[in-house]
Amino acid sequence: MPWRNRSGFGEQIAQLSRWRWGEMLFWALALMAILFFENRYLLLTEIAWLALFVLSLDLILGYAGIVSLGHAAFFGVGAYTAGLLALHHIVDEPVLALFVAGFSAMAVGFVTSFLVMRGADLTRLMVTLGIALLLRELANRFSDITGGFDGLQGIVMEPVLGLFAFDIFGKTSFIYCLSVLFVLFLLARRIVHSPFGLSLRAIRNNPLRASAIGIPVNRRLVAIYTIAAFYAGVAGALSTQSSALASLDVFSFDRSADLLLVLVIGGTGYLYGGLIGALVFKLLHDVLSSWTPQYWQFWIGLVLVMLVLIGRERMYRWVMWGPERIGRALRARGMAKEKSP
Amino acid sequence: MVTFFTILFDGVAYGMLLFVLACGLAVTLGLMNVVNLAHGAFAMAGGYACAVLVNRCGVPFFASLPAAFLVSAAIGFVLERLLYRHLYGRSHLDQVLFTVGLVFMSVAAVDYLMGSSQVFINLPPALQGQFDVFGVGVGRYRLMIIVICSLLTLALQMTLTRTRFGSRLRAAVDDSRVAVGLGINVPWVFALTFAFGSGLAGLGGALGAEILGLDPYFPLKFMIYFLIVVTVGGTSSITGPFLASLLLGVGDVAGKYYVPKLGAFVIYTMMIAILILRPNGLFGKTAAR
Repeated sequence: MPWRNRSGFGEQIAQLSRWRWGEMLFWALALMAILFFENRYLLLTEIAWLALFVLSLDLILGYAGIVSLGHAAFFGVGAYTAGLLALHHIVDEPVLALFVAGFSAMAVGFVTSFLVMRGADLTRLMVTLGIALLLRELANRFSDITGGFDGLQGIVMEPVLGLFAFDIFGKTSFIYCLSVLFVLFLLARRIVHSPFGLSLRAIRNNPLRASAIGIPVNRRLVAIYTIAAFYAGVAGALSTQSSALASLDVFSFDRSADLLLVLVIGGTGYLYGGLIGALVFKLLHDVLSSWTPQYWQFWIGLVLVMLVLIGRERMYRWVMWGPERIGRALRARGMAKEKSP
Repeated sequence: MVTFFTILFDGVAYGMLLFVLACGLAVTLGLMNVVNLAHGAFAMAGGYACAVLVNRCGVPFFASLPAAFLVSAAIGFVLERLLYRHLYGRSHLDQVLFTVGLVFMSVAAVDYLMGSSQVFINLPPALQGQFDVFGVGVGRYRLMIIVICSLLTLALQMTLTRTRFGSRLRAAVDDSRVAVGLGINVPWVFALTFAFGSGLAGLGGALGAEILGLDPYFPLKFMIYFLIVVTVGGTSSITGPFLASLLLGVGDVAGKYYVPKLGAFVIYTMMIAILILRPNGLFGKTAAR
């Protein structure tokens, strides 16, 4: 609770970024999934890389307030880079390939960030969407490299770090994706709790005031956009490495739109939002597509519409009603104990 | 030279069609500041209404065009009153999410109702084939599109500049608070305009089924085109979107003819370049306030 200590700004930030028991529980549960859901590794793997992808969008949308309809662009760059590296045996070791893919997406992110910084919301939407479509066209035109609509096929992954081979049940790939997610999550956590992260939130809330107190708005936005592109690229690379497939579909508009939905389900502006959103979305998707394989998109659309109509904040209050009551009760009991002796 | 004129003719027809499809979006965006990505869904509704009327009920093609307009306008009116009006003043993120949700729903619903294959509208023989004008092949259907769309554009321009409703609409676009203060029923103007814009999209969908192709993925496929028209053209007048549509139509047809390898690449590059150089659109005031 930040209001308790009055010993300076640094202390407050440290307080905010302290690990809470809920977070530890979250990651403990994620670890337990390795043991308990042995026949659902494929789904779990998808959840892990989707969570990373959403985390990336959360960094720019939730923290910096940049609405993007083309975030799949970086996912796609990462996916194709990882695929090509493995296919042509340029970089065989998956973790190293992951870095290369991430950095290539980062480079694309850095270059395009200057385009995105121009103009207001609508122009940004159009430019991000346009960039993703442009890359899709490129991948389609250079089909001799990318495989066109058939995608990259025949990718064989080498063992991770030369030690852990990918197995058919997907256990290695899940543990691999989960570890990457965890490491990058730690990094993101560090970023958003740093003064840099705070300045991003200031920019999101009011760019004009932020620049008035001396925050270099454009430079910060370029920085976070580039970082987010790295994350998205790594997510794309993970998806390619775990499924041994990369197709044109990685750039599609549906992917960017779904991503927005995932983030909104979980809640924008806090890191676990993306992770929870990915979990809920994939489970929902799994249930819906087994129930109605052809028309599941209708129900996804309905969820989106309802979400906006009911209001994201109200929804969040409803969901948090139970946990908050429990938390309050626990705290009240704790206080009573402190007083009694 | 002859191919040049053919391309120009086809491009103009295509551009006019895009204008009729997208001008409703320009008005919604300029007037209510709502990013309506679901605009294509109204066009699709009109297209399918026309297809059902012509192919299954045997209504003549020219009679089913106004029907397509009415169906889409009715859907637009109902949705505006029920759903869209909650979106005015919300963040662009909310609007994007909401309308993307509507697009997904419409795609799946049409897929369920009409099947996922492409639908063709049976055209009367008078509209099929082409004839020569000084050696340039002129498609009858495209000629009809140009005629209908230019008449519509003229009528629109007249309505906006000469009628009382037009001046109310312009007042509401310029400053809706002052317009309310002057006693203009702005929500009602909004609803009528939204319905009219949706109706025009429906008409465009019916006219465009032959050229653009009509299948359940129509709203997703052409969303980017509508948005290009609006962002490049601006929303302060209808001349902006009109010129932008013509530019887009001719550019797209010419690009596909001269550099078929690049496909839609030309259009996207053009759009990004224009938006970078002039974030507020080529013509006049910005769409995003």
